[in-house]
Amino acid sequence: MKFLPLLWAQLFRRKTRTVLTLLSVLVAFLLFGLLQAVQVAFESGADAADAKRLLTTARYSIIEPLPMAYGSRIERVPGVVAVANADWFGAKYQNESNAFPVFAVDPARYLDMYPEFTISSAHREAFVKTRTGAIAGRRLVDRYGWTVGQKLPIASEIHTKTDGSLNWEFDLVGVFDAEDPAVRGNTDVVLINVAYFDEARQFGRGKTGWYIVRVADSEQAKIISADIDRQFMNSPDETKTQPEKEFAIGFAKQIGDIGALVTRILLAVFFTILILTGNTMAQSIRERVPELAILKTLGFSDGTVTVLVLGEALLLLLLGGGVGMVAAVSLMPMLNGATGGRFPPLFVAGETWLLAVGIALALALVIGLPPALRVRRLRIVDALAGHR
Amino acid sequence: MSALIEIRGVTKTYRRGGETIEVLHGVDLDIPRGDFLALMGPSGSGKTTLLNLIGGLDTPTSGMIAVDGERIDQLSSGDLSRWRAANVGFVFQFYNLLPVLSAQRNVELPLLLTSLSAAERRRHAEIALTLVGLRERARHKPKELSGGQEQRVAIARAIVSDPTLLVCDEPTGDLDRATAHEIMLLLQMLNREHGKTIVMVTHDPKAAEYARRALHLDKGTLTSVDGAGVA
Repeated sequence: MKFLPLLWAQLFRRKTRTVLTLLSVLVAFLLFGLLQAVQVAFESGADAADAKRLLTTARYSIIEPLPMAYGSRIERVPGVVAVANADWFGAKYQNESNAFPVFAVDPARYLDMYPEFTISSAHREAFVKTRTGAIAGRRLVDRYGWTVGQKLPIASEIHTKTDGSLNWEFDLVGVFDAEDPAVRGNTDVVLINVAYFDEARQFGRGKTGWYIVRVADSEQAKIISADIDRQFMNSPDETKTQPEKEFAIGFAKQIGDIGALVTRILLAVFFTILILTGNTMAQSIRERVPELAILKTLGFSDGTVTVLVLGEALLLLLLGGGVGMVAAVSLMPMLNGATGGRFPPLFVAGETWLLAVGIALALALVIGLPPALRVRRLRIVDALAGHR
Repeated sequence: MSALIEIRGVTKTYRRGGETIEVLHGVDLDIPRGDFLALMGPSGSGKTTLLNLIGGLDTPTSGMIAVDGERIDQLSSGDLSRWRAANVGFVFQFYNLLPVLSAQRNVELPLLLTSLSAAERRRHAEIALTLVGLRERARHKPKELSGGQEQRVAIARAIVSDPTLLVCDEPTGDLDRATAHEIMLLLQMLNREHGKTIVMVTHDPKAAEYARRALHLDKGTLTSVDGAGVA
């Protein structure tokens, strides 16, 4: 710490150059923070996945429905401890742009299957007991200004009522949420009671979209998945069962391999920073050779001056990177507001901070090492020769 | 006075291109503790090379240099750094202060290598700056000081860790006559009142007059010894 004032003073020797370099580092880490947040958001489904949960869908397409009767048969498969089902409603609220997922579910079974969702016992009880009841995720409730007890008019893009209308109405009886930000992205949904929905719809009665299966032992997930699918082999409605995480990753990849895309962009950004900052550092050290020779003259060892040069590079990266990451965090509320909640919540995860520190350290080492080694090899008498 | 510095048969050669140049040819010299020695001689005579060897900035090609009984010609690079930090203060012609640091911070630099606390470092630097008459300019950067003031700060930096030996390379070479006089009086005071042993390289016979004695080097060999200077 006692060398910090010296490092600070040396770093800001040429203020304009240092500020411009810091800005480029800042922008790189800002981009890093933002893109990582997007990647984390995309992968939040997989991150929030429970290893003991399986998803059973139709074998060839997830939009093909499965018989509701499958539920009791899946329940009897050894290793299965609970089964819930859900169906896609395809909802619009007020206009085309207000689209969000609505799932028709068995209230008790579904909420038991997702203990990471938080809901008051009164709201849960109301949802279980109200056939026309619906509960909504906290972010949706806040976005549309809903209040518990109100009617919730929702139009379906798929399901007509027995009277031929696509307009449905439910009673909003509760709100649910999640404490984990990675899970909260999965709460942008309205859950409706399947008992009422199945009775009131014109087509597709007795069918459901997919099953969620809880197993006793996650190590047995693959075996149990195969056992479930074997139950329905060669039937008109063959199934495909897989761990929830695999399903979530596969679903996210339908949009694109966000992880690979983000990695490539960041590699390009940090490579540019490496060249830019490396050049600036090398130039700065070249200019200060006599001063560094003076430090050596005063008794600073080769190791100490090497550490000082590396420390300067590290200070530059940590300062620029830190401010960049803080800027990324500061922008999150604005970005989350701009997406109108149609995107999973963006946030800078703890792992992203650790990764940022790791990148700053690695960049500082790569940038600082060549000039540091040059200074280490510096002969005092040669460096001072023209500067006495 | 006992010999603080013993130099025996010291040679120094450099390689330039394919050629080997011997700059010092078997120099023998004793410098007593408390001496103020002026090394004089024409350019290229080897006086700065000898000064570098005495200050531990370079090592001889052959021969022996002992300072206060310690063979500095046998020290490793790391040990020589530690030895310099503890035993030698340096004053250069162009002051060689770090331009980004205040006078106070410049003077504190050698103390960063000690275990002193920040408050103790600050106090030591203030004492050194007071001694050279620049206490009130402690917060000024080098570019805000005159040449004479910069050299005073450099002298404060040289004495802040209370070294036995001060090594001065043309300390008045960049100063006008009046300022040079002030600097030489300061060095003389450090020698006489604080017991610092001073080895100074200079071209200037006027500056050499402040020393207790002067030695002449010519083509790498000590050629003559003058008596004590004025004052």
